[in-house]
Amino acid sequence: MVEGEIKLLGTWPSPFAIRVKMVLQQKGLSYEYLEDDLLNKSELLLKHNPIYKKVPVLIHGDRAICESLVILQYIDENWSKTGLHVLPVDPYERAFARFWAIYVDDKLVTSFIGILKATTEEAKAEKIADTHAALELLEGAFKKCSAGKDFFGGDSIGYIDVTLGSCLAWIKATERISGAKLLDEIKVPLLMEWVNRFLATDCAKRTLPDVERVEKYGRDLQVTRWNVVPAK
Amino acid sequence: MAGSGTSDVKLLGAWASPYVVRARIALNLKEVQYEFLEEQFGTKSELLLKSNPIYKKIPVLIHDEKPVCESMIIVQYIDDVWINSGPALMPADAYDRALQRFWTVYVDDKFVPSLFGIMRSPTEEAKAEAKEQALASLQLLEEAFGKISKGKPFFGGDTIGYLDIALGSFLGWMKAFEEMNGFKLLDDTKTPLLCAWADNFCNNEVVGAVIPETAKLVELAKVMQARYKSAPPAN
Repeated sequence: MVEGEIKLLGTWPSPFAIRVKMVLQQKGLSYEYLEDDLLNKSELLLKHNPIYKKVPVLIHGDRAICESLVILQYIDENWSKTGLHVLPVDPYERAFARFWAIYVDDKLVTSFIGILKATTEEAKAEKIADTHAALELLEGAFKKCSAGKDFFGGDSIGYIDVTLGSCLAWIKATERISGAKLLDEIKVPLLMEWVNRFLATDCAKRTLPDVERVEKYGRDLQVTRWNVVPAK
Repeated sequence: MAGSGTSDVKLLGAWASPYVVRARIALNLKEVQYEFLEEQFGTKSELLLKSNPIYKKIPVLIHDEKPVCESMIIVQYIDDVWINSGPALMPADAYDRALQRFWTVYVDDKFVPSLFGIMRSPTEEAKAEAKEQALASLQLLEEAFGKISKGKPFFGGDTIGYLDIALGSFLGWMKAFEEMNGFKLLDDTKTPLLCAWADNFCNNEVVGAVIPETAKLVELAKVMQARYKSAPPAN
């Protein structure tokens, strides 16, 4: 394990930065958080992530690690003897966790952001349906890997929990902005129970932004960047 | 834990898919006996639809009847399970591992789409742009190789590893596009390190056995260009 100061470059609404905060917290690691401005990117960001110029970036001593899921695995592996495992130990369960984390980013995130970006009612309806479908699949995944326990990670918060959990403020904000119910206790009952449990954890309370703040931010983006005419 | 009988491990795939080649190289390096179940181009078998209902794509590794999907997840799984067989596919140090993973994401997100953009582009202009993007990606990968390999033949050091497999599995298609279009993607003057790496990679016995022949890929590419204007052979 390499020692050294830890810095996290992020932005307050980014689920990708939030999930890194969650894992650092789970591991009991202290770090300096540096808020970046995506409209005016810092020197530090451009220096340490020249390829994508995106947050989050974890700076550990003289190392810079980019891409949120790569960062999560780095933290888990570098501090493997500290705190609880984020990824499961069993190879099959690890593969399962990796698969669903990628699924959250590829399918779920693109769907709910798609709801916000939609400029027609048809497009919006399509993205709402996609989001429901993705959440239903995640319900199935939860059923399989939780084995009746509280989290995707079993007794403790794990890889899928933070990947999906870091999106919850945005999912709730999207519900408010679009007027569509996404987290539906009838369609995804187990997932709803997980949502409520997760939101009650210290991990979530200390890292997720207020839904109201995200809602305002989302509405601003719709108008200033995505050319979406506000519905209400 | 690790089954040695062929019935324990099955791989659903297709000869031309670079994603399937990734899984095969990993299995071969780890000396795992497996049954290769070839999917027919243009159709999806019952077993595939049942094993990968989410994406319905190859490769799918089925180990003791449990499916693992997504090529690099499969490679990591193979490395995790057959830990005492063959070389380690991932380095020991957490930061080195992070670099392998970061550049693998880069290959999949940036390099591969521009590479197949060369084949799929409807106009000469679009094709030229795809080619420029592919070349720019390879330039970045050349620099990364310089840093990561630390003077050794592979991204993985002395032996083929995770990132070697991620990128190297596309060498068959790269050579096919070079031949079809009369230009070079890997060039001695611009990407000398990657040229040497590509030779070392393709000359490896385990790799040579599964990388598809350039001539066959060229033939397939022509059929695909005529028939489809969209996705490459498989995921």
